[in-house]
Amino acid sequence: MAILIDEHTRVVVQGITGRIGRFHTEEMISYGTQVVAGVTPGKGGDTVLDLPVFNTMKEAVAHTGATASIVFVPPPFAADALMEAADAGIRFCACITDGIPMHDMLKVKRYMRRYRAQQKMTLTGPNCAGTISPGRSLLGIMPGHIYLPGRVGVIGRSGTLGYEAASQMKALGLGVSTSVGIGGDPVNGTSFRDHLALFEADPDTDAVVMVGEIGGPQEVEGAEYVRQHMTKPVIAYIAGLSAPKGRKMGHAGAIVSGAGESAQEKIEILTAAGITVAPNPSCIGETVARVLAEHALLGRCSEVGSSPAVGGFSGATNPPIDHLQQHSTREN
Amino acid sequence: MDIHEYQAKEILARFDVPVPRGGLAYSPEQASYRCTEIGGSAWVVKAQVHAGGRGAAGGVKICYSDHEVQDVANSMFGRRLVTKQSAPRGKLIYRVYVEEATDIARELYFGIVLDRRIERVCIIASTEGGMEIEELATSKPEALIRTTIEPAVGFLEFQAREIAFALGLPPTLTAQATRVFRRAYRAFRDLEATMLEINPLVVTTKGSLVAVDAKMSFDDNALFRHLEISELRDRSQEDARESHAADRGLAYVGLDGNIGCMINGAGLAMATMDMIKLAGGEPANFLDIGGGASPERVLKAFRAVLHDKNVETMLINIFAGINRCDWVAQGIIDAFKQLEVKIPVVVRLAGTHVEEGQAMLRDSGLPIITADSLADAAQKAVAVVGSVSAG
Repeated sequence: MAILIDEHTRVVVQGITGRIGRFHTEEMISYGTQVVAGVTPGKGGDTVLDLPVFNTMKEAVAHTGATASIVFVPPPFAADALMEAADAGIRFCACITDGIPMHDMLKVKRYMRRYRAQQKMTLTGPNCAGTISPGRSLLGIMPGHIYLPGRVGVIGRSGTLGYEAASQMKALGLGVSTSVGIGGDPVNGTSFRDHLALFEADPDTDAVVMVGEIGGPQEVEGAEYVRQHMTKPVIAYIAGLSAPKGRKMGHAGAIVSGAGESAQEKIEILTAAGITVAPNPSCIGETVARVLAEHALLGRCSEVGSSPAVGGFSGATNPPIDHLQQHSTREN
Repeated sequence: MDIHEYQAKEILARFDVPVPRGGLAYSPEQASYRCTEIGGSAWVVKAQVHAGGRGAAGGVKICYSDHEVQDVANSMFGRRLVTKQSAPRGKLIYRVYVEEATDIARELYFGIVLDRRIERVCIIASTEGGMEIEELATSKPEALIRTTIEPAVGFLEFQAREIAFALGLPPTLTAQATRVFRRAYRAFRDLEATMLEINPLVVTTKGSLVAVDAKMSFDDNALFRHLEISELRDRSQEDARESHAADRGLAYVGLDGNIGCMINGAGLAMATMDMIKLAGGEPANFLDIGGGASPERVLKAFRAVLHDKNVETMLINIFAGINRCDWVAQGIIDAFKQLEVKIPVVVRLAGTHVEEGQAMLRDSGLPIITADSLADAAQKAVAVVGSVSAG
């Protein structure tokens, strides 16, 4: 098991006919992702990489039974594409697009409230690197080869910093169950808290790494969840100790604008919640290994056999959607 | 994107929010002429810079004659105003706003911001006008009146009325206040602002409401559909290094150190800066070259970093996902050839096509210091700067 996506997940690419959409579709297919269709309004009937292109998400879902989508739609039209995906019954959507206007995202968040928890699409991003369940499925733009399949979950706002964490873990023989990019925007689909809950419920995840940064309340909300509900160990790193206050550091959401949003404050709050915070970005892997060893999980997490691709967990009983539902019901 | 006070007031006036009569001046003579134009017997001269805290820094002065206005304006022009919120270098004053003085009975605070916790737009008001909201939020949080906007229906009349009553406004003023609040929200919503602040919102001795100071910021991502707002950009208020980089599509933030940084991804860029600090160095900048960077883009980034004369060494940290290490390496080699790079350059490459990239750098014969991890790169950059400074 993994969370959100696995080898059975059928994927639609929104914006498949663009240069970037097409490139990453190829990459995802070569990783083994079941990409089944693309959507570009007005290009229905075309094929891209032998995949059918549809005009609307509803058609794509009806013809292919897809449950997940990835969005490469340009910023002015991306919010609309997200709402279209939600309305078409997509269960998990990764929005890669960077630069969606804030007011558009507020509208998306408001629109999503029309769905009950059980029918609600899980949105990650915008401005994220996507999600990967190593050895099973890639719904994103990250280089698949730096992730070893395994038993540690990763949640991160930054794409490349997530790569850094995954590759440090790989160097120590530590694999990843699923790595979820939540994106660097101030208003995003889901956050640390949501995915911590999924990892807590996932029988094949033993520990979780949070890769956070300055700005916004999301890390602190995640810490609160950890303190109250998590039984699995959580490791974190927070970027931006040297970032000046009030300056936007690349990500639209990486700006300290209130109390509790600086790296130092977040580190203190996370530590108080029982999370082990890596003191610098170069020792994320070591910190994960140390915490796993303290919980007598190191052997289990570094076993090659824990890899689904190698060890064969593909006969696992629960598809990811069941987990989402279990979580939602429990939370309500 | 930030705009000037006078621009924010023009916008508010367009949405029928009352503002004092005033005029912009580019010279002391023009400032004194504005007094005749505006009329009255007292005027306020206000330095137009993108930084709060102007009053305490001497950027706002009340005057009682046109001569005085001219003298005050003369003393402001060309100066760099250093306020609590500006960078230590301050912001250049090259326009002042001359405004009729307002007879103040009460000063209120009115602001509209995004509350990231609940992902909603939030109205904040307070009877403590003139104070900085951050200060107020820590010292007297109970003095803040807050209302959350439901995006489907907007800022409702009863919500605005509740704020008016909570501010203790007399019944004669509540209808006017309700209108002013909702018009300000309309400006915020229609123009896709990220922040609007009227501080102070004044109750005059004659019993009407006037926006005596105004600040607005806009969502850069939404400027494509508000061209009239994007034209309000004032480059003189930006860090020259940042404007240069922004024009070339690079996310750059200028800092005060001497280690120039070129990284892909905002999170990794921040992490690399942290690593430099931990190793005892000071980053000169934040710079994210983004994804899919071509050799040309790397060359542009090189120029942006070297544009800063304080830079004594450079650290390039690339973890390529959708980037390609060979393209980045080509960009580095091109930069050495075209830009006469005289400072030490430390490079750490990882990810897609890393072997090709590393081989290209090795075979180039250029004096590039290679590093094999984030920590290694930061330590080498700091060590090199130390030796340069010592030498």
